[in-house]
Parts: sequence; C-alpha cells; structure tokens
Amino acid sequence: MSLRVMVGVKRVVDYAVKVRVKPDKTGVITDGVKHSMNPFDEIAVEEAVRLKEKNVANEIIAVSCGPAASQETLRTALAMGMDKAIHVEIPQPQYDTMQPIHVAKCLAKLATDYKVDIIILGKQAIDDDCNQTAQMTAGLLDWPQGVYASKIEKDGDLLVVTREVDGGLETVKLKLPAVLSADLRLNEPRYATLPNIMKAKKKPLDKKTPADLGVDLAPRHQVVSIEDPPTRQAGAKVADVDELISRLKALGRI
Amino acid sequence: MWLMRNNPRILISKSIINISKFSSTDQVELTSIRYKNHVKRGDFATINGSDVGVFEEILGNERVVIDPNDLQIHNIDWIRSVRGASRLLLKPKTTDEVSRIVAYCNKRKLALCPQGGNTGLVGGSVPVYDEIILSTSLMNQIISLNEWSSILVCQAGCVLETLSEYLNEREMIMPLDLGAKGSCQIGANASTNAGGLRLIRYGSLHSTILGLEVVLADGTIMDCMSAMKKDNTGYDLKHLFIGSEGTLGIVTKVAIHCPTKPNSVTLAFLGLNSYENLLKTMKKAKKELGEILSSLEYMDGASVESVIEILKLKRPIGEFPFYMLIECSGSNERHDQEKLNNFLDDVMESGNVADGTIAADLNQMSEIWGLRERIAEALLHDGYVYKYDLSIPVTHFDELVKVMQKELGSLIKRFCGYGHLGDGNIHLNMTCPVYDPKITAKIEPFVYEWVQRHQGSVSAEHGLGFKKRDFISYSKSPESIVTMKQLKKLFDPNGILNPYKVLPV
Repeated sequence: MSLRVMVGVKRVVDYAVKVRVKPDKTGVITDGVKHSMNPFDEIAVEEAVRLKEKNVANEIIAVSCGPAASQETLRTALAMGMDKAIHVEIPQPQYDTMQPIHVAKCLAKLATDYKVDIIILGKQAIDDDCNQTAQMTAGLLDWPQGVYASKIEKDGDLLVVTREVDGGLETVKLKLPAVLSADLRLNEPRYATLPNIMKAKKKPLDKKTPADLGVDLAPRHQVVSIEDPPTRQAGAKVADVDELISRLKALGRI
Repeated sequence: MWLMRNNPRILISKSIINISKFSSTDQVELTSIRYKNHVKRGDFATINGSDVGVFEEILGNERVVIDPNDLQIHNIDWIRSVRGASRLLLKPKTTDEVSRIVAYCNKRKLALCPQGGNTGLVGGSVPVYDEIILSTSLMNQIISLNEWSSILVCQAGCVLETLSEYLNEREMIMPLDLGAKGSCQIGANASTNAGGLRLIRYGSLHSTILGLEVVLADGTIMDCMSAMKKDNTGYDLKHLFIGSEGTLGIVTKVAIHCPTKPNSVTLAFLGLNSYENLLKTMKKAKKELGEILSSLEYMDGASVESVIEILKLKRPIGEFPFYMLIECSGSNERHDQEKLNNFLDDVMESGNVADGTIAADLNQMSEIWGLRERIAEALLHDGYVYKYDLSIPVTHFDELVKVMQKELGSLIKRFCGYGHLGDGNIHLNMTCPVYDPKITAKIEPFVYEWVQRHQGSVSAEHGLGFKKRDFISYSKSPESIVTMKQLKKLFDPNGILNPYKVLPV
C-alpha cells in the first residue's frame, strides 16, 4: 500500500534569534532577521522522508502558504528529500493577517485535490505558538487526527500514533486518511547533503493562489498590540532566616 | 608553610602543606618537578604575612585569596599540562589597584603571573613556582561603545563571549572569535595576540586593537588608549604589548575596532577524499567567495572522529579523510547564497568535493561549528595532548601529519591535524594516555626542525608561554632575540612580570 503524504512547512524567524518588538507594537521585527524552517516542520519533513525510505509512502509533497520568500523553505524541504513542492503564494499584506484557519482551508483543499492520504504538520509554529492548524485541517476534512506525535507506525491499514500528552504517552489507532502533527521527540532531522541540495533545484515547485483554492483570507480577529513581557524585577539577598521572615511579612506574603 | 592573614580571626591550617594533598586523584605533576632540568626559581622574594597585609589593604580581604583549594584551578592550565605552586591570588577591580600591587611587588622583588581566563595552551597563564597570580577576572566593565566609529572600550577582564553578545545587540561583532570565547578575556587576548577563526577576514589584533592601557613593571600606568584608527604620532608602543604575553606590562584596558554585524552568514561543511582535492577547493573558494569569506578551516578525519566518538556530536555527512568548513559573511543574503551555491555546484561537479551540507538554520550552524571548535576539548579525554600550533606552507599540512605518524607510530593514540587553512596555520595534536618525557623527546625538537626547514613558525598563534620559550630560535633570528631580551630588561629590570615565559634564559 503506497501512500501520498503532504507536509506543511512555514518560514519563521530562526529559533535562535533574539526577537524584538517593533516600536509601533504591531508586531516583531522581521526585516533583516535570520529566517528558517519552523523546527517542528523540519521534524515533519524528516518523518515523511523516512516513510518514503521505508516504502510506506511513495510520494511526499511539501506545501507552504506565504509570500515569495517561502520558496526558500520549500527548497530546504526538497533538499531534505521531499519529491515536490507546492507554494500557495500569499501577498505580504494578507500574509500579515493570515491565521491558522486560512492555512487549514488551503491544506484541506489541496489534500482533496491531490488525493493525499496523510497530512503531517509541525505541532505549532514558533512565531505564533497557535498549535491549531493540524486540528482545524482535520476538522474541515472530517479526518481522524494524531497530534503531538512522538512515534508513527503502520499496522495494516491503520496508523498507530504515540502522542505526548500531559500525563505521559497516549497511543491512538487511526484509519486513513488522517492528519498528524509532529512533536519534538518524533525524530532528529537530517542535514540536507549537497547532492540532494543540487537535485532539489530540478524538483517541481507548483504555484497556487488562495483564489485557486477558493479560500477567503479575510481575517477573523485583529491583533491589538504586541508588547514585551514585563522586565524581571531584581531579587534581593537576605542575611539570614530572621531577615527572610521579616521581609516576607513586610511584603504581606506571610 | 602557610600564609597567615594579619587578621587573627582567620586561621590557616598549620599542617605540612604539600599542594598535592588537596588534589584529586589524577593530579598534574608540578612544573617545577617535571621540568626541573629546564628551569630554576629566579632570585625573587618569598611572600610573607605582612605582604598579605599590604594586599589586603589595597583590595580588602575578599579579593586576596590564600585558600589552597581556591587556588588549585588557578595553578593548573586548561589542558592540564603544567601546574604551579602559587599560594596567593589577587583580584583587582581597577587599574589603580593593579598599579599599586605591581609597584609593591617590584619594590619587594615578588614575581607576578598575570592571568585572564586561563585558557592558554602553552603554559603561559599559570605560575611555574610561587609567583603571585594577578587575575583580571573582576576587571569586567564595558566602558564605552561609540556606534559611529565602532570602537569599543572596556576593561581587560571582559570575557570575549560577553563582549560579543553586547555587540550583537548593537549590530556589531568582535573582530576575533575562538573556541575559548566563553572563558577567555580580552586583555589576555591582546597580550597573547590571539588569532582565531575570523582572522582571515578581519585581521589580527595588531590591526584591530586601537589602544591599550598597560601597567608597567614599576606600577606606572601607561596610557596608549588612543581610540582612533589613524594616529601616526611617534612610536606605536601598544604593539610591543600585543603578543608579549604579559612579560612587558599588564594590559588593563583595551580599545578595539568592531566590524559591523553581517546581514547574512552562511556555513558550508564539506567532505573530501584527498588533500589534493582540499587544496583545489580552497583555491576555488578564495576565487569565487573571496570578499565574503569569513572563515576557512580544515579538519582531518581523525579530528572529526574524535568529537563524534568522545563528545557524541552529530555526523552531518558521511565519513571522509578530510573536511572543510567555509563560512561566508556578507551584506546581502540572496547574493551570498547565489555565490555559495554556484561555488558548491562547481566543486561537486568537478568531483573535488565528495559530499557536503549547508547549515539550514542557526542551530545547525552551531552544531557544525562544534565539530571544529570542540576538538581540543574532545582530545583532552584521551589523557595527555601534545599540541603544536604551527605556521607551515598550506600545501604541507597533511604531509606533516603523515611524517609524525611515521616517526612516532604506536607511541601515540591519536594523530589529529586541523586548523586555519586560510591562514596557513595547522594545529597538530597527538594524544596518549599519560605524559611521557620519552615521547616528548621523540617529538621535540624533531617537529620544530621540520618547521624550521620549511621556514615556518613554531607557534603561529598560541604564543611561547612556558612550554615553547626554548624553541624561539627555530623561528626568530639570534639578533632579534637579543633585542627582545634588551627590551625585557628595559621594561622590567627586576624581571617580575610573568618570569620563566616567552624568552629563553
């Protein structure tokens, strides 16, 4: 049984960069800042490539919704081993207000059009931390979902997904087609090696627009302001237990 | 005998002191014992209780350290190859305190060992006998940063990484970078003319340091702190202090020119099958990436295997006998990526490069750098490391490794060659379980003679310190050594500044 897998990837500010809020509080500074593939998406790509290497998948497709620069991220995915890429081109002003619901609608339409069997997304993007796209996509398609996956196995016609949840690990069995989201411990992404980086240049990259997919990008909510968290107050040293107690009493803590 | 503070409330144990009693089981042999045939204690005074009292008056109790447990790490170098027997560590905060300490020591003829981050690799940063250790660690204030001229002024004890982080937030970088950045201090970097990973792009400290404040052997504070790029008024004295390893004066302040932070940094890691291929790739890199090249490093198979095996670092590409690390820094990411991609296409097609990868994000970048920067750390686990930092013709890097393999064979556990390919500077490392003078005798002067035959330097960037002072003549003419000794006598007539280092007796 050979499956078609679609992986969503997002171009985000590199997770090692110290993010700074714009003076007008409308967002964070992204100009001139290093960007790379969302780390959870790297894990999703790696998982898809491994599924192909195990012959569980026979075609693996990367998708990204975003402005022109998103193509860099798609090229990285191709260099890691994806077979082809789809770029849903979103102009910058609309990208600034795009939300998970819009991405989910795009992915749902693409999954139907391309007859996808498994969608793997990163658990969440490190810029908005929404953790919604996989769940919404599953809802729109009415497909089962295995989110926060730390292990994915095939058992006949079913997928067995081990999920990392607050209480520990939960295992679910899903019928196909299904939506999964990758958590940190699912795998360790590979380095894209030069021969693959060069092959990637020749792999197909299809362009689509939201109109092609019938998706309306009008935002559902508005970001009012973005601010730095309050600066941490300096601590104080006390000389002994007696002083600690009297300080706590003075602060009304005891 | 222990030092007693004048304050009777603080008593020191009166048991017989032999520092080794406080040691861990694998204590390093005292330099004065291991090298007893090569060095003897100079005609310096011995510290007594009233000296401690004077220092306490200048610094207060807390910054005068006499507890042998606290002194241990300051008496041993980072690679555990030398151990001194100092009984006193001083931690000044200001230039004035340094001046008063040095003036007193000069009067009393007490020897001093200036110490920064203690990351030196030639035994230059720790005492040989009982020299007083003068640590700059508490002199860690950043004084000013002029964002228009890009000149940073700071005290000598600022840690390099701290300065880098400070500058990073202001869109600038330090002109030097080395593996020891988390511990090494800028004053000592200046005193040793530290080289590092970006010398190929930003130059040596002789060009990037614009000014120094130095305390001379008699306590005089010499202000050479011009913070200007161009100042041709008289003899440029600061250059004497850069690279003289604390033997002509103690650096207390630094003014350094900081490059603008590049908009784009890309890193490629390549695997090659032969040294021939490596040389051809290097030539191509210089031609096609020239103006954006910021780092060009080489590692042989054994070097990379050591970090993978010992530190369990990740292997990015397959196993090859040679690796190159190429970093590019520029003002436009798209342009740089295009240049790098074209270069990589070329070298892959020509077959010179067997495999490689480009760091996809900052995390991969630091992982790949780890493969180069942590080799020294990994090799320490083998036991004892014979380290040779040499300038030799770049065409002969691998030949030298093979020559040493032939000469020493199974006496050595691991032969590693790695280093600054773009600067013609190889780090030759040979490890074995324990220090063995018989092995040393087989290596030295054999390796130095080889270097001399190839008109190279027996110490490209690490300096001479204690361990290499006797080999200076392999790279410097006799008359220049005579002049160096005259300068030392002029600057430090009593010889109290970092004795036993740099110049041979």
